[in-house]
Amino acid sequence: MARQGVLVEPYCRLNQEQIELIHKESMSILMEPGILCFNHDAMELFTGHGAEAVRIETEGAPCWQLKIPEKTILDAVNSAPDTIILGARDKENSLVLNAHEPRVRFASGSEANNWLEVDVEAFTRKRDPDVEMLVPVFREEKGTLDRLAKAAHLSQHLENWDSFLRTINIQDDDINDDNKDVNKFFASLDNTTRHVMSGLTTVEQLAPTVKMAEIIAGGRDKLRENPIISFITCVVKSPLQFVDDTSAKAIEIAKHGLPVVLSSSPQGGSTAPIKEDGMVAQINAEIVASIALAQLANKGTPVLYGSVPTRARMDDLNESYGFPEFNQYNIDCVQMARYYGIPCYSSGGISDGKVPGIQASVERLFSHLMVALSGPQYLHYAFGLLDRTNTFCPVQAVLDDTHIDMIKRFATQPNVNDAEVTESLNQIRKVMGTSHKLYVRYARSKIRAGEISPVYPFEGKGMVDETLMLARERMDSILSLPRRHLDKETRDRVFTEIPGILARLKND
Amino acid sequence: MTEDIISLIEKNVIQGRVTQEDEGLEDDMVGQPGVTELTEKALEEGLTAKDIIGALTAGMDVVGKKFEAKEYFIPDMLASAEAVGAGMELLEPHLASSGIEPKGKVIVATVKGDLHDIGKNIVSILLRGAGYIVKDLGNDIDPLTIAQAVKDEKPQFLGLSALLTSTMLRMGETIQALEANGTRSEVRVVVGGAPVSEEFAKSIGADGYGADGFQAVRVVEALSSNS
Repeated sequence: MARQGVLVEPYCRLNQEQIELIHKESMSILMEPGILCFNHDAMELFTGHGAEAVRIETEGAPCWQLKIPEKTILDAVNSAPDTIILGARDKENSLVLNAHEPRVRFASGSEANNWLEVDVEAFTRKRDPDVEMLVPVFREEKGTLDRLAKAAHLSQHLENWDSFLRTINIQDDDINDDNKDVNKFFASLDNTTRHVMSGLTTVEQLAPTVKMAEIIAGGRDKLRENPIISFITCVVKSPLQFVDDTSAKAIEIAKHGLPVVLSSSPQGGSTAPIKEDGMVAQINAEIVASIALAQLANKGTPVLYGSVPTRARMDDLNESYGFPEFNQYNIDCVQMARYYGIPCYSSGGISDGKVPGIQASVERLFSHLMVALSGPQYLHYAFGLLDRTNTFCPVQAVLDDTHIDMIKRFATQPNVNDAEVTESLNQIRKVMGTSHKLYVRYARSKIRAGEISPVYPFEGKGMVDETLMLARERMDSILSLPRRHLDKETRDRVFTEIPGILARLKND
Repeated sequence: MTEDIISLIEKNVIQGRVTQEDEGLEDDMVGQPGVTELTEKALEEGLTAKDIIGALTAGMDVVGKKFEAKEYFIPDMLASAEAVGAGMELLEPHLASSGIEPKGKVIVATVKGDLHDIGKNIVSILLRGAGYIVKDLGNDIDPLTIAQAVKDEKPQFLGLSALLTSTMLRMGETIQALEANGTRSEVRVVVGGAPVSEEFAKSIGADGYGADGFQAVRVVEALSSNS
């Protein structure tokens, strides 16, 4: 039994006419101006299937202007499966993503450079030194393998964390481009039995990473049946440029037949139009062109429609995730993915705020809720991300798990039918016949069925907000639990057969 | 058979079932006799009030332990207390002939101007479940009516409830009415409700304050043992 997530009645911003209009706008973009392509193999794949390429003379890398007709795009997109499996070490944690079923699963992301610790320190009041208060104090650390493993361990014990998308960028002194991928995948797979997704640092690291996954999954065929890992690659640099490096990665991953997110992340107002239709049409063009590339490399390979549209701040032109427009863009993209029948990797639950607090809570809850209600199959950015995507905070992830539980309960479909109506009428009539007129006893069966939302678990007792302190306690208690490592035989094989795995990870 | 009824009464208290129409915590209990039907049957078969109270108390002890172990929740406590209260109400006419002294009598009321009675009703259920005889005057009850009821019924305790900051002032007036009709020294007054505090209770001369229904019962129990 795979993880079920929550099935929603999808909230839609676009009507069918608007969806068709944006599709046409995207197709028009891919013909005029077309898309710049810096990868030779990608250019050849497209030109072999009806696209036109014109060499652009530049002083830098070779580049072609591709004009891709609608038929090329749709033929390729239609060959992508509408249902894909993201497997897991523990098969009960696998995810079955069906593009036509708005069932939402929540995942982490992104690849933050910083890890934010929440310490709790005692302060005395200046005007009354007898009064002491406990206050959360934040400490920024760099991302390391050990912290990535810690985050994976945390994911194992947070019920709503459906898939572990690498949370932090590992910056240990003994990590380099040639060993980064195998080590980050190993540290993740060795500490969580949820699905593991990550990007690739170099295309050369793909083969050893896949080989490691095959060892862990039990062989080549077993990995294809139960793909315990998947990849994400941002093929297009916005606006409208196929990048050499990521195009190569997308092609190679597609050839391996493993699930891959083809993502794009333009900023409305800087690298995409700020107006809704223009932004959505451009990102949609970028994503469907990326999906087409993967399908042309290997027809039928499992892909996700990876939409990460953001909006530029108008005060410094940095990207921002806290604006209502972030939600609008993302919801529109979820609808576009559904239109093409491709499972959607969407974005929600992130904040511009640098630390857990009011700004972080408001911004992340806004997109956690609204984007989830639109029904993407895979909602990333949902755990612990702060300061745009620069910081991962494990205490924030603990809070997010609780908030996602609330959202899932809210999004549950109403249970109104003849049997329920009869039961309610019986209750009302019986209670009105009592002196106390209380329905409390009828809550009992619902509590035991798990249908009653619990009290907020981080509620303080006094006039001090204890949320972060209590969430920190919960995190500490989770991290003290034993880790679900791979079995010894599998670990030994990985350390023997996979080049680049750091020996120090053996002792974890 | 006698033992069966006693154990069934205990079991149904644990299941929080007042009548045969109530669901329990186990499947398919609807239609089987609850505490009301079982108590009636026990009396018909000549069981003593003492034996039946023993079963009710034993059931409630189990419920208390399950609550402490976090196996039971507050709605379970309340359902069980309601079942015990229903049994005690049936036994009330038989107590004197069985030589059993009730734990005490409590009058409860929501004060004048206030129609909110959830808290008062919860306290009533819990007090009955704890073995007290409870007379509920209802809500929006003026001080003189309450004072007269105390004079007529001679309870050991008076529980006053208010939800509004404006109506909580009637609690003090009610205590003054008790002074005026000479019953204040005969009854312990316990107050409660959302705006009420320990400090306020002291300021109006109440004997106790319950922050919630469970504390209200504990306060009454403590005052009982001190008297």
